[in-house]
Amino acid sequence: MRVRLNGEEVEVPRGATVGSLVDRAAPDRARVAVERNRAIVPRAQYDRAEVAEGDEIEIVTLVGGG
Amino acid sequence: MEPLRIRDTVLASRLVLGSGRYPDPDTMVRAWEASGTRCVTVALRRVDLRREREERNLLDRIDRDRYTILPNTAGCTTVEEALRTARLARELGLGDLVKLEVIGDEETLLPDVAATCEATRVLALEGFAVLAYVNDDPVYARKVEEAGAAAVMPLGAPIGSGLGILNPTNLRLILRRARVPVLVDAGVGTASDVAVAMELGSDGVLLNTGVALAKDPVAMARAMGLACEAGRLAFLAGRMPRREVASPSSPREGRLGA
Repeated sequence: MRVRLNGEEVEVPRGATVGSLVDRAAPDRARVAVERNRAIVPRAQYDRAEVAEGDEIEIVTLVGGG
Repeated sequence: MEPLRIRDTVLASRLVLGSGRYPDPDTMVRAWEASGTRCVTVALRRVDLRREREERNLLDRIDRDRYTILPNTAGCTTVEEALRTARLARELGLGDLVKLEVIGDEETLLPDVAATCEATRVLALEGFAVLAYVNDDPVYARKVEEAGAAAVMPLGAPIGSGLGILNPTNLRLILRRARVPVLVDAGVGTASDVAVAMELGSDGVLLNTGVALAKDPVAMARAMGLACEAGRLAFLAGRMPRREVASPSSPREGRLGA
């Protein structure tokens, strides 16, 4: 199925969780925060939060800025 | 110097530095140390899925025992985008502080102050300590304060311009009326700009580019730290009144030709 991850269409297996997407995108879960369809997904729920077709997922981290 | 308090946060230095545009991360950390700052701002961005950027995460470079991290909503242009960014920052475990920036114009990066007010209201209700970036406009400085801002951050000049404190008269007015801390944010180009802001009575100064793009960022950071302290001390000391004509420092009486 297809989801929108950080603004890009990507193919993910059915039953994929937010946790599996995070692990693919970042080496350390403690360094990212996640939104699904514009609502925060708390870290403790990553592995339970199943992704559905068409979901919009954002995975963000800190970068330099002023 | 007496510490700066913003709600529950107590900062031993009144200078806040950014983490962007430095030549390299080591220079950045050394600049922070040289400046004496205890608070650094960071931005939030999408993780690079191709991992072409940044090998080591910025969070790993920040000594959390020494520095309070101030996430900002830099680059956000709508209320919703700013709210989402602030909530994501809090989710990263950075606490309730947020520097709220809602940009209204891409060329000047001047704030959309009405949107900033609206976002401040929502975030304050959600328990954030909002440091609201606004124009050097006494009306909107008051409005964001009324909306629940924990601190008001009027610009000295446009972001990254290095033009200094363009409207000291307005800044003075903002400072006279504010009941929350006022930190000058943006436009600071060199140490004297920091000193001017602090001498006017600002509670602090936030800057990034003035240090990051200096030829020697570490030396400039030290200069900024000293200027911040000097400006604060001068403000507390109370400057002499200005006069239009000279007033001699030595006695007029007893000169040889008298």
